[in-house]
Amino acid sequence: MSVFLDDATRRLRASPAAVPALLAILAIVIITLFGPWLNANNTETLDWLHVAAHPTLQNAHWFGTDRLGRDLYARTLAGARVSIAIGLVASAISILVGVSYGAVAGYIGGRTDHLMMRIIEILSGLPLIFFVIFLTVIFGRSEYLLFVSIGAVGWLTMARIVRGQTLSIRQQDFIAAAVAGGAGTGRIIAKHVVPNVIGPVIVYATLTVPQIILFESFLSFLGLGIQEPGASLGSLIAEGVGEMEAAPWMLLVPGSFLAILLLCLNIFGDGLRDALDVKDA
Amino acid sequence: MVVPILNVDELSIRYADRSRALEAVAGASLRIAPQECVGVVGESGSGKSQLFLAAMGLLAGHARVTGSIRFAGDELLGAKAAALNRVRGSKLSMIFQDPMTSLTPHLRIGTQLAEVLVCHLGVSWTEARSAAGRMLERVQLTDPKRRLNQYPHELSGGMRQRVMLAMSLLCRPDLLIADEPTTALDVTVQAQILEVLRAVRSETGMALVLISHDFAVIAGLADRILVMYAGRIVENAAADELLRRPRHPYSAELLKCVPSLSGPRLARLPTLAGQPPQPGEALQACPFAPRCPRAADRCRLERPALAGSSMSQVACHFPLS
Amino acid sequence: MMPPTVVKPPAVMNAPLLQVRGLQVEFDRQPAVRDVSFDLFAAETVALVGESGAGKSTVARAVLRLVQPARGSVEFSGLDLLKAPPAVMRAQRRDLQIIFQDPLASLNPRMTIGDAIAEPLVIFEPELTAVERRQKVAGILQRVGLSADMASRYPHEFSGGQCQRIGIARATVLRPKLLVCDEAVSSLDVSIQGQIINLLLDLQQDMGMAMLFISHNLAVVRHISHRVMVMYRGELVEVASCEALFTAPVHPYTRALLAAVPRMPPIAAASFAGDA
Repeated sequence: MSVFLDDATRRLRASPAAVPALLAILAIVIITLFGPWLNANNTETLDWLHVAAHPTLQNAHWFGTDRLGRDLYARTLAGARVSIAIGLVASAISILVGVSYGAVAGYIGGRTDHLMMRIIEILSGLPLIFFVIFLTVIFGRSEYLLFVSIGAVGWLTMARIVRGQTLSIRQQDFIAAAVAGGAGTGRIIAKHVVPNVIGPVIVYATLTVPQIILFESFLSFLGLGIQEPGASLGSLIAEGVGEMEAAPWMLLVPGSFLAILLLCLNIFGDGLRDALDVKDA
Repeated sequence: MVVPILNVDELSIRYADRSRALEAVAGASLRIAPQECVGVVGESGSGKSQLFLAAMGLLAGHARVTGSIRFAGDELLGAKAAALNRVRGSKLSMIFQDPMTSLTPHLRIGTQLAEVLVCHLGVSWTEARSAAGRMLERVQLTDPKRRLNQYPHELSGGMRQRVMLAMSLLCRPDLLIADEPTTALDVTVQAQILEVLRAVRSETGMALVLISHDFAVIAGLADRILVMYAGRIVENAAADELLRRPRHPYSAELLKCVPSLSGPRLARLPTLAGQPPQPGEALQACPFAPRCPRAADRCRLERPALAGSSMSQVACHFPLS
Repeated sequence: MMPPTVVKPPAVMNAPLLQVRGLQVEFDRQPAVRDVSFDLFAAETVALVGESGAGKSTVARAVLRLVQPARGSVEFSGLDLLKAPPAVMRAQRRDLQIIFQDPLASLNPRMTIGDAIAEPLVIFEPELTAVERRQKVAGILQRVGLSADMASRYPHEFSGGQCQRIGIARATVLRPKLLVCDEAVSSLDVSIQGQIINLLLDLQQDMGMAMLFISHNLAVVRHISHRVMVMYRGELVEVASCEALFTAPVHPYTRALLAAVPRMPPIAAASFAGDA
């Protein structure tokens, strides 16, 4: 494993785009976590004196303010925090659920596999938006619901990928050796299957995070996700769209933040895939 | 003075990694006369395949090759692709170990065979197909007409290897390099393929390089045997001589390791301690010294060069006599 | 230095260790193994030879219930393995082990070899402490010719021969009664094959285990087996003592097989002396 990681790390470092992308992501995360301390303003104070103000160094309204006079710097960073948190947590859920589901379906095979894959197919057929709306209607709007509904859907492709990988390694001799050695199904899946399908899982997970962030932004943009007075990049963008002509910074600031974050995550994910997937000569 | 069909001079093949250099072949020199059959014996890491892949220009892109390989007097290393392609597949042919992957899966056998003739000799497709059918008969493939229309996956390993052989013989090569051609095949099929090689050689007088780890396979066909170890040629002698009286300790030990079907049954098999070295840095010592039962101090300090007459060469400070 | 002693067959016990009757294995309704029956006694080496597609590996895997046969019975220590419930079958596995043709592929690439060898101990001797397990792993590593400090390394760091030793260590750490060797040396260099086979023979002597040795290399088989079974297209066509099979083969296929093996000229005695 160590040599494999060394090799992969070396390839990753050699890739021209992946490392700057990773640094940019880390920079964004650091800014969103520590940025607010640099600025006295908070997300909710209404500054009636500077409503819809330009970005300026005065009053520390570095990114300007919105229609209600709230500081955009603080709100954008808060929104970014929420978006990133959702991305990470929902991805974690989808990895956990997807890997377990896919590995079990792929390894056990037979009727169990058929049944499990039919379930995935049915769930895949459900339109995401309606599903979220449905849950929102029943449980009301809440951030936790958002986590669950996004995560609940994100695991489907992960499960398919893991199942495919499992099917191909199931035929290998070391699995037969484990069976011959008396290992039970649980042990084989946990110790022999999962560690060997991790490669594509990591790659897909890094590419899932931006997808999820984008999806959450879209939901919030539609008014289904994070609500006032909370902020997510999506809801900020929604607000900004309304003020596009008069106060363009309200759209540009959260919009660029989102765009840069997604771009870097995608570049890094691609680089990671190239680094991990290279077949040795 | 006959021009050797293949003349290899001080051939070295190196692969540079970020951290280290791997030497797959070091300073190999050999001459193959027209119509001669040379067996090349070696284990993993010996460089036996690499040496001949270099002649065919089939090495990986990052291989660094120095030295010279001349085919019928023409230099192959560094030759332009067009010049190489005139020679490869027609006068200089190669067949490989794994017949499963050597054929293009989505083309019919007849097409793949005919393609060789059409490209190299410029004959028409119909002529090429009938020549292909005749060649399949020569290599003793059953039901050749039907085979022409089949796809590779419909044939067994032995049949595919026969097709590969047919393909390599279509343009009447002057030299055929066979890299472990029967290793992946059953022993009965192996015997048949070797028989076909023997027949073709006696009919056409083609030169043959037979690379194998199996002495017995080589013993039946070779006029001369080369033994390779750690990227170097360590012995080069007439087949009869080498098999009965090997001079290099590695050749002798390797021959002892071959279990025999006749002779007394043994409770324990003869072994050679240690393992063949991985390709690595060139050492200033005999690469076989760690495993050699005759190794002395000189062997660990000074690398022996390949020396001897044109009939018999050995790279050893203390060869067996 | 070549010890001239001939392999002696062990005393045949009354009850065979393994009794296979009417074994039939089908893939896609096509029989790969047809009506195979044989006995195997403790401490003996029985070779199963034949060409590719004959079904030898399939027989081995069926006996170990790594593939499910369509018909037949496999009695091991009095218990029919094919009808045993999964938990009972798993319990029997400590005495039924296998080593494979591709040594590297038979090791989990993401597991240290120490963990791989320790796994049977974890499963069958859970009462052992971690320290005791480590000691046993060290012991078996040394027994197979490797060193104990290699336990923390990964399979790709070893050569083919070393990987096979690791596979043997894993298979024998519990001292099984039967070891199936499925073309265990076919992918190794000639100079390494002897080392591995001798190791297997030494372990057999130490542990008294029976070996089912599957191979297409008749010369190797000749030296190490007590009895030989020949398979052709899924059926056993000849079963004989090693002596008898190689000196007076009965079945035409056996004769064809023996005739096809390329012969070597005898090597002069001088090269054995090893002196200048």
